[in-house]
Amino acid sequence: MEEVLFFVSALGALGGAVGVIAMRNPFYSVLALIVHLFSLAALFLLLTSAFVAAAQVVVYAGAVMVLYVFVVAYVGEGGEPAWEPIPGQRFLAPLLGIALFVELSIAVLSSSLLALGTQGPDVPAGFGDPAAIGRLLLEKFLIPFEASSILLLLAAVGAIVLASNRREGVGDPSERFAEEEGSTPKAPAVPRPFDEVPSEEGSPTPSPGGLA
Amino acid sequence: MNVDWFIVLSALLFATGAIGILIRRSPMVILLCLELMLNAGNLALVAFSRMVGNGQGQVFAVIVMVVAACEVVVGLGLIVAIFRRRLPLNVDDLRELRG
Repeated sequence: MEEVLFFVSALGALGGAVGVIAMRNPFYSVLALIVHLFSLAALFLLLTSAFVAAAQVVVYAGAVMVLYVFVVAYVGEGGEPAWEPIPGQRFLAPLLGIALFVELSIAVLSSSLLALGTQGPDVPAGFGDPAAIGRLLLEKFLIPFEASSILLLLAAVGAIVLASNRREGVGDPSERFAEEEGSTPKAPAVPRPFDEVPSEEGSPTPSPGGLA
Repeated sequence: MNVDWFIVLSALLFATGAIGILIRRSPMVILLCLELMLNAGNLALVAFSRMVGNGQGQVFAVIVMVVAACEVVVGLGLIVAIFRRRLPLNVDDLRELRG
């Protein structure tokens, strides 16, 4: 039974991963990643770590993927060009990936880890449940816990700064609104969130005042 | 179920994510492939935690999830900023940081 569950969820995880890198449309890639994340949650449950599995489903497959779906819907497909900057990249990359896989497998399986080839020790009933993880987080790993909360705060502030409408040189928001409402059409109009979408593959020449 | 299977599966998923980063050019798909690699690392951490028999690896996995969420937020903010400035969403064209 355990083997069946493992192979079903391993197939799901692998199929989701291949789907992410094979789909042309980023929206389908996101959906494939959701399949991958759910399969991984099943694998975490097989490893008796209930809390990590629940966090995987709630945080990853729930919140983070909703964010992805929103951004994909906002940005659109953005056709990926077919030309390759390095000749033969599409064939070299899988070769490198397979080499990486073989190296990782050799590195792990030939190491002298004692519990390889076993199921691991028998664990008590409460292993990996929220109480155990919470106790570890708040007692032994308190400083990493606090550091990660500060990191989350910084990321939220950074995302607001990055995605805001502000451009360099325009400091005061009221000034910007006055400029937008003015009837004199300025040459580089301040792009608003729901402006008209640019052409399909995006013009190669950046607009004036771009990221440079 | 032996722990080896989980480790080998995580190596396979990591290699898949690496292949995706090498062959795709859309920054969004590259972020998704990064998620694949981080999740493969998470799977290895949880498998090692089960192998050793204490929960510390799972705490590591939770913190990796936090870091991944931060990375997603900042990366998607960058993508939205790039899109708003009408720049092409293609990592081969966005090579100004390379100097």
